[in-house]
Amino acid sequence: MSKNKQVLSGAEIFFECLKREKVQYIFGYPGGANLKIYERLYDINFLQHILARHEQGATHMAEGYAKATGKVGVVLVTSGPGATNTVTGIADAYMDSVPIVVFTGQVATHLIGNDAFQEADIVGITRPITKHSFLVRDVKNLATVIKKAFFIASSGRPGPVVVDLPKDVINASCEFEYPPEINIRGYKPKYVGHRNQIKKAAKAISTSKSPLLYVGGGVVMSGACMELRKFAKAYNLPVTMTLQGLGAFPGTDTQSLGMLGMHGTYWANQAVNNCDVLVALGARFDDRVTGKIDTFATKAYKIHIDIDPTAIDKNIMVDLPIVGDVKGVLKEIAEEMSNKSDLSGWWKKIEEWRKECPLHYETGDGKLRTEFVLERISQKTKGNAVVVTDVGQHQMWTAQYYKYINPRSNLTSGGLGTMGFSVPAAIGASFGVKDRPVISISGDGGFQMNMQELITAVWHKLPIKFFIINNSFLGMVRQWQELFHAEKYSFTDLGKSNPDFVKLGEALGLPSWRTDKMEDVDKILDKAFKTNSGPVLVEFKVVKEDMVFPMVPSGASISDMIIKRLNPKRMV
Amino acid sequence: MRHTISILMENTFGAFDRVATMFSAKGFNLHSITIGETEIRDISRMTIVTSGDDQIIDQVVKQLNRLIDTIKVIDLTGQERTERELALISVDYQGTSLEKLKNVNDVFRGKVVDINNKSITLEITGPPAKINAAVNVLTPYGIIEMARSGTVALKRGEQKKFPKKEIDSVTI
Repeated sequence: MSKNKQVLSGAEIFFECLKREKVQYIFGYPGGANLKIYERLYDINFLQHILARHEQGATHMAEGYAKATGKVGVVLVTSGPGATNTVTGIADAYMDSVPIVVFTGQVATHLIGNDAFQEADIVGITRPITKHSFLVRDVKNLATVIKKAFFIASSGRPGPVVVDLPKDVINASCEFEYPPEINIRGYKPKYVGHRNQIKKAAKAISTSKSPLLYVGGGVVMSGACMELRKFAKAYNLPVTMTLQGLGAFPGTDTQSLGMLGMHGTYWANQAVNNCDVLVALGARFDDRVTGKIDTFATKAYKIHIDIDPTAIDKNIMVDLPIVGDVKGVLKEIAEEMSNKSDLSGWWKKIEEWRKECPLHYETGDGKLRTEFVLERISQKTKGNAVVVTDVGQHQMWTAQYYKYINPRSNLTSGGLGTMGFSVPAAIGASFGVKDRPVISISGDGGFQMNMQELITAVWHKLPIKFFIINNSFLGMVRQWQELFHAEKYSFTDLGKSNPDFVKLGEALGLPSWRTDKMEDVDKILDKAFKTNSGPVLVEFKVVKEDMVFPMVPSGASISDMIIKRLNPKRMV
Repeated sequence: MRHTISILMENTFGAFDRVATMFSAKGFNLHSITIGETEIRDISRMTIVTSGDDQIIDQVVKQLNRLIDTIKVIDLTGQERTERELALISVDYQGTSLEKLKNVNDVFRGKVVDINNKSITLEITGPPAKINAAVNVLTPYGIIEMARSGTVALKRGEQKKFPKKEIDSVTI
């Protein structure tokens, strides 16, 4: 045995590694297969363990923490059901490129494959939804595997990594050494963009008469927001953002065209289809963005900057791909710019589109609407809050009406569209963000999917504002039923079965309020933002059958937007 | 168009599965897949035959590269290469003469590897097209059963050895 090396158990090695990775929080749930780790955890004080109420909640918490801070989120669960409950969160993290490491307990190696109690092949189950996964079969490999897991999760295009820890491996001992560095020969993310491609991009942008920056979540992940802001400002470039890109560029800035795509702004979509140079930055031409592919940005010379080579030419064939880290690439493009084009004609057109079809909602009837609530929240927080939405109508309205001014402020399940994301993700975010308010916005449907995690928020006295937008419907599904499914409102009316959310909140220990009046919104928001000793819950009872507009029907061209309800009689 | 892709990959738990899962998850065609050891410990070579238009093949190669366990991905299509497949074909000889079947076997330069009162088993090696031809000729005699190995392939001409520092690097 060498002099400086200690012999440690698997459980001890686990925490030594986490310490070296500077992990501050673990979101988890104990069980049979990870008991040894929890035994060790009892005496650990360099990190905090957050007990979720369901493993799915723990996974979304880790995602929320990772999205809000840029650090790796860590999950620790037991084998079998503990592991399978994390699947939705892992898939969500995979779709939205969120760096999380999920440690799952596993039955002892000699029992693997025997249908042992609480056994599940979690590595097999999660294979298509992880960036990578490991089954540790020898305690000697544990430290290297953990180092690799954190490295893989957080580098290149980030993503979830699963580490499966059999019980006997955790119980076994070996000399501990944390590898100072690792070399994975099959994994070398390319950060530096190709020089000639960068020069070509700069030339195309500087000579363009109608350029457009199309900004995705990659800009936020890469930490390229300052570079983006400088670049867009210096050359007076219009900026449109994807759902994940919101916050990369201030929504309050006149150069922001807001979100593009299915529920994007009319002017952003018109700009996409009329620009002569489209610069995609850390975005992946998702089908919700492109609509019908044959008609997407047909006039544009398309430049695509992404760290993931598979994102290039996947959905849309581009003219100039640049594989690399968007932060560095953008900086280099800025240095290569030779000329500032006069874009006044282009801006005039954009302003015309902006006037032609502004975002609009009904206010004259005095009824409470989601858009109004969101506008008030946006103004009260000056766009400075971390807003964690769920999935559905309120999510799209938040994208339209909340004017984010900071990156890592817009936390939402974009790719997978996971209902039940908001409540736990806001909890994770709240552990990571202490200087800004954290707001969770859910519909009445999604809220009920992970509402058990409110208990976690109460227990830790997290000052989260849990807002429920209650329209008594699964609103987005209802919208599709009205528009495309013969108005058969099949199982989307929750009105009669919804619980009393205020009583529910109170039972769980949250000050809880409800309103259905426009004039009460400001008062209630003030009260909510003043309460910082713990979480609060507010139920906004909004009109029942509103729809999100504008809208590009699935598979249509993004130029063909539905601007308003075709049959206004349906308005309530 | 058919493409033959050669992959050097970590010889680790689940690496093969990851490639197979990727093909099914992305809906790519998979005509054959073979895997075996190489001259380097811990590294195996997988040979895949797939098909698709240029955009799809571009994605296949990128998606393969994206997997952490793949070290090197080479599309051999359009390059000078040797492709081989092995087939064991068991044929009923009761309705014909053994002599005839042996002649067919000679034409394909096969080997007789098993014989009994009813059937003869031939081992035929060659590019996949040759195996297809042999199967076509033997079908009328009555093929009882058949096993094909899938394609293995190597680039022709002088190749560089795999870099030593990469071989020595840490792996699990």
